[in-house]
Amino acid sequence: MAHDHDHQVVPSDPALRVKALESLLVEKGLVDPAALDVLVDTFENKVGPRNGARVVARAWLDPEYKKRLLEDAPAAIAELGYTSGQGEHMVVLENTPEVHNLVVCTLCSCYPWPVLGLPPVWYKSAAYRSRAVIDPRGVLQEFGTPVGDDVEVRVWDSTAELRYIVLPERPAGTETLSEEELVALVTRNAMVGVAKL
Amino acid sequence: MNGIHDMGGMQGMGPVQHEANEPVFHAEWEGRVFAINAALRAMGRWNLDTWRFRIESLAPVDYLRLTYYDRWLRINEELVAKHGLLAAGSAKAIPALTAAAASQRLGRGVPSSDDPTVKPQFRVGDRVRARNINPVGHTRLPRYARGKVGVVARDHGVYTFPDTNAHLEGEHRQHVYSVRFAARELWGDETARKDSVYIDMWDDYLDHA
Repeated sequence: MAHDHDHQVVPSDPALRVKALESLLVEKGLVDPAALDVLVDTFENKVGPRNGARVVARAWLDPEYKKRLLEDAPAAIAELGYTSGQGEHMVVLENTPEVHNLVVCTLCSCYPWPVLGLPPVWYKSAAYRSRAVIDPRGVLQEFGTPVGDDVEVRVWDSTAELRYIVLPERPAGTETLSEEELVALVTRNAMVGVAKL
Repeated sequence: MNGIHDMGGMQGMGPVQHEANEPVFHAEWEGRVFAINAALRAMGRWNLDTWRFRIESLAPVDYLRLTYYDRWLRINEELVAKHGLLAAGSAKAIPALTAAAASQRLGRGVPSSDDPTVKPQFRVGDRVRARNINPVGHTRLPRYARGKVGVVARDHGVYTFPDTNAHLEGEHRQHVYSVRFAARELWGDETARKDSVYIDMWDDYLDHA
């Protein structure tokens, strides 16, 4: 009979607890609900992987930009207007036919917010964090991204304040596409390194 | 701390479940927790390292059972209580984060510097061994790297040392490097020969090898 009562040890519905916490903080004048609205709106609607896709497309089209991006990623990314917390110390990792890069944070959920937004659930999951460093090829296989034995896999564990983004290989047959069309091709998963394009 | 959060190399966590077209927040409350967390941290009563250590200090069963933003909620409830933010007379002294400041706030993060007075202990190309340390406090040196030998690949400049900063014992600013560890050094000879893991490491995590 107790099998369906496990939930009773959880204090209460998080939605109710959040409402209570917010009301108390607002009542005390410690939090301005309008500021909370701005923060939510920013990450739901303004910052996301489209930013990173723009950076990638620009790098594919402009060799000088790509050079700057690989040498000083924060400055090159800021050129496109993308600046915010968790991205001050960006590093761009270039995928090539010989090298495949994969980004993880084994200790928590470090992720390059200004270019990719907030991380998806799988990136923060125990399964990904535990396996990406010990079995990257197995993880890549599960994402439908097999990597040949002749390719070197480099995994980047974000243990400090550096934030990593992968510059995927430009797909063949895209030479005539515009920047907008290229942006539409670039996926979040490719910029984390779990997918190819 | 050798906690449940230090997951690199663990097995048995199952396949990676990924959801197509995932929303940024799966429920409205997740967005509110995210925002409340940012607004409270903007008050400056605690820092990111302190905050991370509290997450790591959740009971392991809770850490695994709670969803990501439920962990954040739990930690913010704890911090609000610990710092007495809701106690009588606690307010007013601290101005709330405003909507205008919230946007700017997103433009600031963890400071680093190229402070020339802080000398690097290692150079690119140096062979280094990650120290075998097991602090009960906060550390960003993952267990799977301890005692292993790697090569310094890049010097990223000077950063605050989380192991002390988390406990308000000073910033102890020092160099951080990307250190390349061969997959075989970390996981043995069954692993792909060419593969490697790059881990960001502070001076105090390393010795010459």
